[in-house]
Amino acid sequence: MRMVALIVRRELGAYFRSPLGFIILSTVLLLDGLLFNAYALGAAERRSSSVLMLFFYFSSGTTLVASIVISMRLLAEERQTGSAALILSAPVSEAEIVIGKFLSAWIFLAIITIATLYMPFLIFVNGSVTPGQICAGYLGLLVLGAAAVAIGTLGSVLAPNQIVATLLSAGMIGLTVILWWIAHVTSPPLATASAYADLYMKHFPPFMTGVLSTANVLYYVSVAYLFLQISIRVLEARRWR
Amino acid sequence: MISVENLTKCYGPRLALDRVSFQIERGEAIGLLGLNGAGKTTMLKILTSLILPSAGRATVDGLDVVKNARGVRARLGYLPDTPPIYGEMTVRSYLLFAAQLRGLVGREALERVEQVEEMTAIRDVRDERASHLSHGYRQRVGIAQAIVHRPSVVILDEPTSGLDPAQTVEMRGLIRSLRSEHTVLFSSHLLPEVSHVCDRVLILHRGALLGSPKMSELAAVLGMHTVLVRVRGEPKGLVELLSKLEGVHEVSVEQFNQGQTELRLMLAPDVRPQVARALIAQGYDLLRLDRPELDLETVFLRVTGHKSQGTRDANGSADRPA
Repeated sequence: MRMVALIVRRELGAYFRSPLGFIILSTVLLLDGLLFNAYALGAAERRSSSVLMLFFYFSSGTTLVASIVISMRLLAEERQTGSAALILSAPVSEAEIVIGKFLSAWIFLAIITIATLYMPFLIFVNGSVTPGQICAGYLGLLVLGAAAVAIGTLGSVLAPNQIVATLLSAGMIGLTVILWWIAHVTSPPLATASAYADLYMKHFPPFMTGVLSTANVLYYVSVAYLFLQISIRVLEARRWR
Repeated sequence: MISVENLTKCYGPRLALDRVSFQIERGEAIGLLGLNGAGKTTMLKILTSLILPSAGRATVDGLDVVKNARGVRARLGYLPDTPPIYGEMTVRSYLLFAAQLRGLVGREALERVEQVEEMTAIRDVRDERASHLSHGYRQRVGIAQAIVHRPSVVILDEPTSGLDPAQTVEMRGLIRSLRSEHTVLFSSHLLPEVSHVCDRVLILHRGALLGSPKMSELAAVLGMHTVLVRVRGEPKGLVELLSKLEGVHEVSVEQFNQGQTELRLMLAPDVRPQVARALIAQGYDLLRLDRPELDLETVFLRVTGHKSQGTRDANGSADRPA
């Protein structure tokens, strides 16, 4: 656990010591703000809960994209620069490395997500929404982000460099998102399986409306767990090259 | 300290290491010598447990590199061919991270970082970002992270690669200083680098271990003394004159340029005074008579029983190994 905390601290520091972290942070906040202003507030009259729902809808999109960009560097960058030899030759297990890297990326994503709180707060002050809807929405963003960052971690473990890592992660996340469409154009049991495995349309919308379902939370946690396990095994298998 | 038995590594169909066996005792400084692609880095990566062997066994301090990778890594310090540095960190924070990663904590970690900064002469750059360092400093920082946890074995992969002459001399001194506390294994494709620092060399060639002579025995492995001679005059007659001398076993013309001939002689025993007297007696202007630094090519060719590659015989025809 001490090693995980050490890796998290170093990795998290790396986001703030390099321009990349600030670029990601400011870009996501700018996009969220623009989308919120242009579409969620818009010109048409809407109920406060609908505005908040739209905010979470846009934020989930920026969260998915941010997850890919944040996680691309985790191991691919280290392999590119040669710094991976430091942690891989240290008495640290592959699981500690992967979990440490994942947690750092997820915490950074959580910081960005929490930095958008002022927008729901504006709706809360000027409109009529329940704190429950805000909390459920943010929990949804965090668990969705955890699943996406875990997928991105696998992309970064597999890829030889950051560009390939980005493409791989985007491909995997894109595939899990379009499972919803696949479910509509296929027949059971493939349709049923695809609909359940879909990363977004089946599991995220309830969070936007303030419905907190344990099944949906468990789904995202399971996806994160699955992809982290695969990442650990891939990293272990690299010793057999 | 390090024991390797029949170690074999295949990358697909390519055999990178072929049943290599050797022992390294505690406190030895060993040079792993080989041309590019000889299997040096593969060997070092297996010993650091970064990759696993296809067959055979390797242990560090009695611990198997496959079964007890974590224990092996705790006893090792490793500097790969590219120093594993995080460019955005300062040297101090980087070394502190490396120390903590190897189990040092709190005040002990900080004190040890200060010690290795002193040992590797990087104190003046400790607050600089690692990405701003010169190549020489990056290598030093690389060595500092490798020894920060007081490992029993330090493994260095081509530590002098890319350094200028002054930095190379400094690096040799630094590696020599490690011998008092650590068993040192380092790879190089330059024999002079190894000969200045090591007690013994492991000679790898195309994945096979050709030998592991002590530096003092290397001349004996070669069996002869190589001498370079330069005189004013044409090669004709020179080769004949020198070949007749007792103790001169081989004469080859290295080059003939601007009226000067350079020859490579193989002597056993060392009959340089007789060679000098014979040349001067025949009226040749003797411009050079000395022993060149042992070169890796000569070592390989001698160990494998071939003649020196690229030398020419008295008639100027190429004399290449089979």
